[in-house]
Amino acid sequence: MAESRTSDTESADLEQFRNKTRAWLEANCPPEMRKPATSDADVFWGGRNAKFSSEPQRVWFERMRDKGWTVPDWPKEYGGGGLSAAEHKVLRAEMAKMGARPPLSSFGIWMLGPALLKYGNDAQKKEHLPKIAAGEIRWCQGYSEPNAGSDLASLQTRAESDGDDFIINGQKIWTSYANYADWIFCLVRTDPTAKKHDGISFILFDMTSKGVSTKPILLISGYSPFCETFFDNVRVPKSHVVGQINRGWDVAKYLLQHERAMISGMGERGVGRPLGQIAADTVGTDALGRLDDAMLRGQIARFDVDEAALAACAERAVDLAKAGQAHPAFSSAMKYYGTELNKRRYEILMSAGGVDALEWESERSKQGARPRAWLRTKANSIEGGTSEVMLGIVAKRILDLPGA
Amino acid sequence: MALVLTEEQSMLRDSARGLISDKAPVSHLRHLRDSKDPTGFSKELWHSFAEMGFAGLLVPEEFGGSGLGYVEAGVVMEEIGRTLMPSPFLATGVVAASALNRGGNAAQKSEYLPKIASGSLLAALAIDEGAKHRPLQTSLRAVRAGNGFKLSGAKALVVDGHVADLLIVAARTAGAAGEREGLTLFLVDSKAKGIAVERTVMVDAHNAARVEFANVEVNADSVLGEVDQAAGLLDSVLDIGRGAVASEMVGLSEEVFNRTVEYLKSRKQFGKLIGEFQALQHRAAELYIDIEITRAAVMKALQALDADVAKAASAVAVAKARAGTTSTRAVHEGVQMHGGMGMTDQFDIGFFMKRARVCEELFGDANYHTEQLARARGY
Repeated sequence: MAESRTSDTESADLEQFRNKTRAWLEANCPPEMRKPATSDADVFWGGRNAKFSSEPQRVWFERMRDKGWTVPDWPKEYGGGGLSAAEHKVLRAEMAKMGARPPLSSFGIWMLGPALLKYGNDAQKKEHLPKIAAGEIRWCQGYSEPNAGSDLASLQTRAESDGDDFIINGQKIWTSYANYADWIFCLVRTDPTAKKHDGISFILFDMTSKGVSTKPILLISGYSPFCETFFDNVRVPKSHVVGQINRGWDVAKYLLQHERAMISGMGERGVGRPLGQIAADTVGTDALGRLDDAMLRGQIARFDVDEAALAACAERAVDLAKAGQAHPAFSSAMKYYGTELNKRRYEILMSAGGVDALEWESERSKQGARPRAWLRTKANSIEGGTSEVMLGIVAKRILDLPGA
Repeated sequence: MALVLTEEQSMLRDSARGLISDKAPVSHLRHLRDSKDPTGFSKELWHSFAEMGFAGLLVPEEFGGSGLGYVEAGVVMEEIGRTLMPSPFLATGVVAASALNRGGNAAQKSEYLPKIASGSLLAALAIDEGAKHRPLQTSLRAVRAGNGFKLSGAKALVVDGHVADLLIVAARTAGAAGEREGLTLFLVDSKAKGIAVERTVMVDAHNAARVEFANVEVNADSVLGEVDQAAGLLDSVLDIGRGAVASEMVGLSEEVFNRTVEYLKSRKQFGKLIGEFQALQHRAAELYIDIEITRAAVMKALQALDADVAKAASAVAVAKARAGTTSTRAVHEGVQMHGGMGMTDQFDIGFFMKRARVCEELFGDANYHTEQLARARGY
């Protein structure tokens, strides 16, 4: 097959980029940062009150930030690395190869950033994107309400016009890390008379604003990653609305696609030790080196097949998007499968761990890390849209099946 | 490499789809079946395939082929899967062409490859002996005799076995069933003395045969690759075949799925289109997701084969295992959602169910490949 000269040059350039990237990562990623984080405290989330849990964590973050590689594919003017899609894929592959963890975890990067890049005005992009890239501001997401879960568009938090400002009153729930966040991106009802999707606006404000309060929710895992968030006459300038007033649902949906893509990634974390080896620690192996529990071995092997296939599909989803061939609702398909798969992973881990995986408090069990993580995964198929909502979206938007 | 088809590959798909959907819709298979066609495929169509360069798609240009890769072969297989077209493409164009190209010496390549590319030679791989695909269990004996060998034993599920001019036979020249050492591949003229071929009409109405070898004499030149050392070559050829069959299964699954979704949008019960029922919507959505994930896994495997066949084993195992479970699910849902109509022979959907069952057995089923992945990962 005759390849064109341009694509030859392109692939040579990409190979050069790969070599340079690999060398840079080798020289700059501390050894401690070349393995997965083992606890939430081990993850760097940035923000005004951020503290590094270790010196290597600080070094790794600062080096990556200075290169723009906390957000490698964002434009350089907003603190990004300005990488092309192909270069970004190379960087991700090289980081995965050495097990390098992300230098910064952030809802600003995963969710708000993409929405601002598409819907934000110049002033908003200049104000917020560089602070996200530099990990200066930690964001939280004000979407769900006590009576607006799967039916998100029925949300009731209201924003009433008062001159150049909105006055916001209401309550959000399941706000991840609201108690640590500096700013919130929030869905509010700006027109209570319009049809439910049409009266919503997407607005940004500081969590230290007068009238904002948070209350952590204790979950079955014993952790409190989510809060209830209350707004009592919170005054926010109208200039903080992203996109048009009353057109916030478009922004919300676009952001949800990114959120779902992020959550689906949980099912294909091919990092750390393979399940088959973890299981061998507790169930043992036979003379041929096979797991001494044939049924569990079969479960793990089927899981591994599906995990490898999902990883290929995630890669293809990115490539399709680059090629302009992606269906906008495909992230719902990935979210469904990725979260169900992650739940399967933890069911297998619990089964493999047996009695050892039941300890909740001991030092030996790292304060019950495994059962708590297992319980945490049960939320994967609820948060960001339940599995049932995802299947409904696929049925209607991709398959075009009839009915409400 | 991006996991999407290039422009050239998309053009190849379009031209294959044009030819196949025009000349060989499912009614073509139905006609071959009902008329008990002795060949089991259309020779005329195979010549068109050759003229369009598909027969020699994997044959290097120096031997008259197109010199394309496994992704391209998968593109054609997927289109074959959409209409269930019986074609020598798999046995001759993919498996035999790869075996000869990878294992053949200069003389063997120049004798056979141009004939494959021109569509004038049909070949078949004779590997399985028992009810399940177990390549290392090969026990057909090849005993040294004079300057050559004598082959004795039997093979089953030889695709295109009753029409092949050339048989590529896996035999045991040393060691015992189950061992990697001692396997040898032979190129055997299907008309050679001592060969008895029984066409086995299978559930899917595609070609298959049982072939018996009673002291079949072959000379030393007929060895493909090295004596006793064929396991590696065989692994490669089988992995290529698996990638191709998995592609056929993706095409088949997607076609069943598309037909089923159309049915959900047209069939009314209880005064509603049945596609309005959430129970069916969710099952259709799950199946769609399954097919998309499997499609990606299969593309990944084909690209891995193109990059380095010897390193593609795990990707191929994932692809063939997924293709098995996904196509099984697709045809079950297809029949179930078509209700009573799905059970009739008059309706095409049953043809897909039958072909999926055969593809699942061909070159190892989902259990076999899941086991291979577990072994490769060392648990």
